[in-house]
Amino acid sequence: MRKTLGKFSVDYLQILDEHGVVTGVMPKITNERIREMYEQMVRARVFDETALKLQREGRIGTYASIRGQEASNIGTAFAMDKEDWLFPSFREDGTMIARGFPMSALLQYWGWDERGMAVPQDVNIFTIAVPVSTQIAHAVGYAWAMKLQKKKVASVVYFGDGATSKGDFHEGLNFAGTFALPVVFICQNNQWSISMPRSKQSASETLAQKAIAYGFEGIQVDGNDIFAVYTAVRDAVKKAKEGRGPTLIECFTYRMSDHTTSDDAKKYRDAAEVVEWEKKDPITRLRFYMKQKKMWTETYERELLERVRKEVDEAVRTYESTPPADIEDIFRYTYAEMPPALREQLEYLKRSVDETKNMGGTNG
Amino acid sequence: MVEALNIALKQEMAKDSSVIVLGEDVGKDGGVFRVTDGLWEKFGGERVIDTPLAESAIIGASIGLALGGMKPVCEAQFDGFSLPMLDQLISHASRIRWRSRGRFAAHLVLRFPYGGGIRALEHHSDSPEAYYAHTPGLKVVIPSSPYDAKGLLVSAIRDPDPVVFMEPKRVYRAIREDVPETEYTVPIGKANVVQEGSDITLVSWGAMVRECKEALALTPYSVELIDLRTISPMDTKTVIESVKKTGRAVVVQEAPRNCSVSAEVAATIQKEAFLSLKAPVKRVTGFDTVIPFARMEGFYIADEKRIAKEIEKVMKF
Repeated sequence: MRKTLGKFSVDYLQILDEHGVVTGVMPKITNERIREMYEQMVRARVFDETALKLQREGRIGTYASIRGQEASNIGTAFAMDKEDWLFPSFREDGTMIARGFPMSALLQYWGWDERGMAVPQDVNIFTIAVPVSTQIAHAVGYAWAMKLQKKKVASVVYFGDGATSKGDFHEGLNFAGTFALPVVFICQNNQWSISMPRSKQSASETLAQKAIAYGFEGIQVDGNDIFAVYTAVRDAVKKAKEGRGPTLIECFTYRMSDHTTSDDAKKYRDAAEVVEWEKKDPITRLRFYMKQKKMWTETYERELLERVRKEVDEAVRTYESTPPADIEDIFRYTYAEMPPALREQLEYLKRSVDETKNMGGTNG
Repeated sequence: MVEALNIALKQEMAKDSSVIVLGEDVGKDGGVFRVTDGLWEKFGGERVIDTPLAESAIIGASIGLALGGMKPVCEAQFDGFSLPMLDQLISHASRIRWRSRGRFAAHLVLRFPYGGGIRALEHHSDSPEAYYAHTPGLKVVIPSSPYDAKGLLVSAIRDPDPVVFMEPKRVYRAIREDVPETEYTVPIGKANVVQEGSDITLVSWGAMVRECKEALALTPYSVELIDLRTISPMDTKTVIESVKKTGRAVVVQEAPRNCSVSAEVAATIQKEAFLSLKAPVKRVTGFDTVIPFARMEGFYIADEKRIAKEIEKVMKF
């Protein structure tokens, strides 16, 4: 005997094709909003290029580029309301900037200074999670708290294609489905987990279909189409706040850069593949659209780039003129109140720095 | 002790509506050891939550719950099953305050029964306190008596840092004492001098405190028995003061020896009371093996006779 459980299919959403032609239903947004989306994507790209340059010059440390994923980054920021919470992994600088996280602080974070993760009080973003997929449960828990307190707030969590292989993905999505929590899962499927292609991560044809097993909806969207990302996330956020449970959104996109600046993708990835994806660039695509709608001119582009570069340069200046932390900063936030033994270690370190300062050596 | 813990949970939940309990079989069933018995009936399924069988997500979700203003008290069913929680505890709960520069914190408690002595299956008899104590940002609390269990659990629930609360399962029902119905706390980070003495200092915690007390009757010496109560941050002051007075120390634990809490105690004594020592610090511990099943377990966990004998050896050094 065989039990039929239902039809198995996953929606694929694309609104703007790679030539900037509208192929689906446009979301109800003003031209002004579209222009803002474009500007945020350009800002993200300029930030990204600047960060890569700073890294090469030794002015920041290891950096994970978001190039090619600007639509998947920015569409979400526009689809969320201010009260909603973002749980990023480490490839969402664009989303974070668009939600009000200071660029100078991000540079500080990538620039060996943990003070950069001090999320401003009025910004609803959780700290960057480095261990893959672990942040999923945090978003689930936050959504749970909102549900228990009967607050209409959604949590939105980002992770990559590799994260879907991990236990935390399963546990988190299973919790969300079981308790019908107001959470939106966004998988940025950028086709690569360092050197592992998407095909070696899972035998599932799509990653979106995994939602079906957890009892909620999964949808695959063209992750380089900001209108598709915006529409899918907007619908999912609305659904979450109406108490209709979680959604898994697979943003089908591409990591144009190396995994991080410590990686060399040429070792494992065919250059022709990158060239193919270059044609699908999310920013170029929106520019095509805006050009058709007479929303874009060379002058506009020039002025925009000038303005954004100025902002980014200003962020670099702020980052580089930040005074160094005091030694106590290492110890200060380990506990709410510093235990005596830790206080003793702090005093020891201060003494040791003082005692050894004239001894030469690598720190001398 | 089970009842004392149960009362602590009931009182804190009644007092503070943000306190919730979550874990496997903690609701209707009241937990496999009945520590959460009656909570589900009293506070309902929204605050006493039976979760799917997923230890990592219990802590992971609790981090998010805490961020959202709740105070989750999580249960791992057994010591061995707390291990999938290590990733979330070490990678996130313990360092969120640090990472966010004080903006976010994981105000949560993880409680679980630990240790041998109940003739259980594999993974049900471990003493993993060292894993947790090694992690900056976590607090590790282990009560040895019903009175302490109640007062320490209340403190743990109110503590703004993540607290791992290990319950000595073999004395869950073995030690009976009157516990005040009224609300009280026992402070975290403060050891308890169970018995004062002048010849030798005996340091222990959790279930082994019982064996230590029994050893007192088998030795002619004047023993000062210290129950650490909090493993991290440890009250080294009380231990040091005692050793400075007695000049001798024996540390007793159930856990395996290598890189364990007893090593930290011994190193601290060596550093802070070296000139007072009349003999090397002695460690009486489990062995660096898996704790055996019930038939052989008695050889592994030190009994009062072994402890008394080691006290004698240190006295005669």
